[in-house]
Amino acid sequence: MGIEGVGARVARKEDKRFITGAGRYVDDMVVPGMKHAAFVRSPHAHAQIKNIDVTKAQSMPGVIGVLTGKELKADGIGNLICGWMIHSKDGSPMKMGAWSPLAFDRVRYVGDAVVVVVAETKGQARDAAEAVDISYEELKAVVDAPKALERSAPQIHPEADGNLIFDWELGDSAATNAAIKAAAHITRMKIVNNRLVPNAMEPRAALGHYDKAEDHYTCWTTSQNPHLARLVMSAFYNVAPENKLRVIAPDVGGGFGSKIYIYPEEIICLWASKKTGVPVKWVADRTESFLTDAHGRDHVSTVEMAFDKDNRITGLKVDTIANLGAYMSLFSSCVPTYLYATLLSGQYDIPAIHANVRAVYTNTAPVDAYRGAGRPEATYLLERTMETAARELGVSPAELRRKNFITSFPHQTPVIMNYDAGDYAASLDAAMAAADYAGFAQRKADAANRGKLRGIGMSCYIEACGLAPSAAVGSLGAGVGLWESAEVRVNAAGTIEVLTGSHSHGQGHETTFAQLVNQRFGVPIDSVSIVHGDTDKVQMGMGTYGSRSGAVGMSAVVKALDKVEAKAKKIAAHLLEADEGDIVIENGALKVAGTDKQVPWFQMALAAYTAHNLPGGMEPGLKETSFYDPSNFTFPAGCYVCEVEIDPETGVTEVVQFVAADDFGNIINPMIVEGQVHGGVAQGIGQALLEGTRYDASGQLLTASYMDYTMPRADDLPSFKVSTSNTPCPGNPLGIKGCGEAGAIGSPPAVINAITDAIGITDIAMPASPSTVWAAIRATKH
Amino acid sequence: MSEISLTVNGKRVSGTAEDRTLLVHFLRENLGLTGTHVGCDTSQCGACVIHVDGKAVKSCTMLAVQASGSSVVTIEGLADGADLHPMQAAFKEHHGLQCGFCTPGMIMTATDMVNRHPEGLDEATVRAELEGNICRCTGYHNIVKAILAASETMSSKGKARQAA
Repeated sequence: MGIEGVGARVARKEDKRFITGAGRYVDDMVVPGMKHAAFVRSPHAHAQIKNIDVTKAQSMPGVIGVLTGKELKADGIGNLICGWMIHSKDGSPMKMGAWSPLAFDRVRYVGDAVVVVVAETKGQARDAAEAVDISYEELKAVVDAPKALERSAPQIHPEADGNLIFDWELGDSAATNAAIKAAAHITRMKIVNNRLVPNAMEPRAALGHYDKAEDHYTCWTTSQNPHLARLVMSAFYNVAPENKLRVIAPDVGGGFGSKIYIYPEEIICLWASKKTGVPVKWVADRTESFLTDAHGRDHVSTVEMAFDKDNRITGLKVDTIANLGAYMSLFSSCVPTYLYATLLSGQYDIPAIHANVRAVYTNTAPVDAYRGAGRPEATYLLERTMETAARELGVSPAELRRKNFITSFPHQTPVIMNYDAGDYAASLDAAMAAADYAGFAQRKADAANRGKLRGIGMSCYIEACGLAPSAAVGSLGAGVGLWESAEVRVNAAGTIEVLTGSHSHGQGHETTFAQLVNQRFGVPIDSVSIVHGDTDKVQMGMGTYGSRSGAVGMSAVVKALDKVEAKAKKIAAHLLEADEGDIVIENGALKVAGTDKQVPWFQMALAAYTAHNLPGGMEPGLKETSFYDPSNFTFPAGCYVCEVEIDPETGVTEVVQFVAADDFGNIINPMIVEGQVHGGVAQGIGQALLEGTRYDASGQLLTASYMDYTMPRADDLPSFKVSTSNTPCPGNPLGIKGCGEAGAIGSPPAVINAITDAIGITDIAMPASPSTVWAAIRATKH
Repeated sequence: MSEISLTVNGKRVSGTAEDRTLLVHFLRENLGLTGTHVGCDTSQCGACVIHVDGKAVKSCTMLAVQASGSSVVTIEGLADGADLHPMQAAFKEHHGLQCGFCTPGMIMTATDMVNRHPEGLDEATVRAELEGNICRCTGYHNIVKAILAASETMSSKGKARQAA
């Protein structure tokens, strides 16, 4: 490992622009003639639009255009779609209701876009938006998923009878029922996974620019996957053909899943630019983000876990209702199915599993992938159930887990996944040692002397990352392949550009991808540039989500580097009059092994481009491309231990210690990996303690600002103790598994297990806010 | 509309803005200083923190006209030429940023924090003082580390200056 190579703790190249205020986010973009858009949104959760009167708004100062859904339809702009087909257990396809980018007949959640106003200034656009007069006939709304399935619930989409989108199952029902029937012990729980708002700090934004002379569109947008945005906007929304649409995702201020999807606003900014003849920019305010960014989680489940007399799990039966909100967002259908039920085996050898999942429409914001996406829901369900089972069986939670761990690999679970490598006992042992698990009883006693309730909880998670083998996901209903592409361009003077379809919005790709090049060729990372986020520069790509940039995106880079290396060695061998097989690359030079003959890297590159003296038949230049399609998912896993202290007088919970022991396989940059874990754990603690998304019964979002929705702040969190162990992933050339989501997946059950341990109760709702905890403590005294 | 003139990052600037224009929008849109960010509508997130007459201020809580006559420092004016401010350097060294969106506000808050605590900082104080700045990426772990480290550097530099 060199100081800038794979495994080195290299400070980030991209930091300089961010720490000096020179980052370039969408809202920082200014295009000549650019004007501003504001949306008129539904104030009702469910209503029929009776009339839209824009005459007053059109005459307001600075107004350039006021556009409605009828005009959008007349121009042939398509409805938004969900790109992953799920079939119900009766074989019928999922029931997808129509989602027009601008609603024209009915609105289905508070925030549904109805009219767009384009004006000279942002303020004028907003003033005019307030002058649009829309009359609605209010309809009954439903926000709670189980209630949406009741007979009395309002019908939200004509396509989905009884608001049921699909009724899907995975696993062997008969075998699972038999295991439960024969069980020595059954642990039963109802598990609620609370709805979250992703809250990337940069609000969503779009800038659409139509060039009349070229009949060409450019869209700057806050996207995790600009190529996917271009593909979907071309193929499904009929905005423009792909060759007439450029999508640029510049610096993007966090995503966490919420910026994967193509939302109405970017489509409308492009369309409105053509309609009005001016470039149109829209930037969400924070309340718009709360109302309209795709939310996460929102599952209600029941679970039965069966044990034999030796405390081995013999079966797991799960029934889940997933709230998908008012419309099916781009990947919403795969989250509570193939990203959820396929992980229900956890780290455990469970012979029989059956999951039934019903996805439901409600009058709430659409729900889609949020950091972890399905895997946090699976982990929370399993790890809360394991903890409860240990308490019911009177055994140590650690030992119950250890007894049921999968210990030999590869391991085929009953729910599709084939785990390739892992050592779950290693992370359990590491976490328990780091947490001084053995010393807990004394710390609890000390806390009791101070009048505090102290509790400890653990969670052993597994997730599937590196999304994903294209043929596999295709067979499961995905509308796209999940490979990644890379291009490595060696310039004539030896500097290098790596073009990748992955997109960095905080992950540090400009550094870690350059480390791969340094490792291979010995060139300093300052002479390596990583190019991403622009469909005109990068050939094609599938973007960043599901912790895939390392396992899939970097693997594509490795494959392209292989090709560059092979050609570079051929050129060097020719220049040095040596055998190609004898050439080695060391410290930025190509050498004949065992001799002092060498050619510097830059000289070899120059030779490739002058082409004065190349091997016979070789094409000039040094630029190679690769498309890498993974052969399997990757399976990061780990153990988290949380320790809390609760003040019984106030219900305030303090996380006094949080330990994370993860196995991410090989690591490119430990500093960045640790940062990913810190951030993920903070989001998980946020879910467990602070973040509650509340709609009232009429469908009004009560938590639509930072005054109402509790984001984790610095003083809500401790410093974290993180460590890693390593079973390299056998499925990709770098042996890496992915680290982006683990923290958010593993932490919520650890926190809730600690709180229930401290209070001596079975369950408590997330977020376990002070009032909830206080009430739970009070209830134990009656 | 109002005439506004103030000093920003050491330079006299002036412009015209609507009375309702917030200082953050004046900086971003009239002056093109886009390093100061808008992350919320309710003065909670702190992405827009700047220094006004030497004090950390959320620039979304001030009208541009209120800043007339003031001396403002934004993230763009913190470094000394090519030399990063010790707080900027510490954020880079300790990986105190990921997506970078909250970072300018964090750094401006943090430099003010160090200035107000000449006695030095501890972790609990740093965490409490970050109450007004939200980060969604880092879990604050490395931000706290960076601020504590910069606090050391800044005070030793101060002492070195005093000794000289």
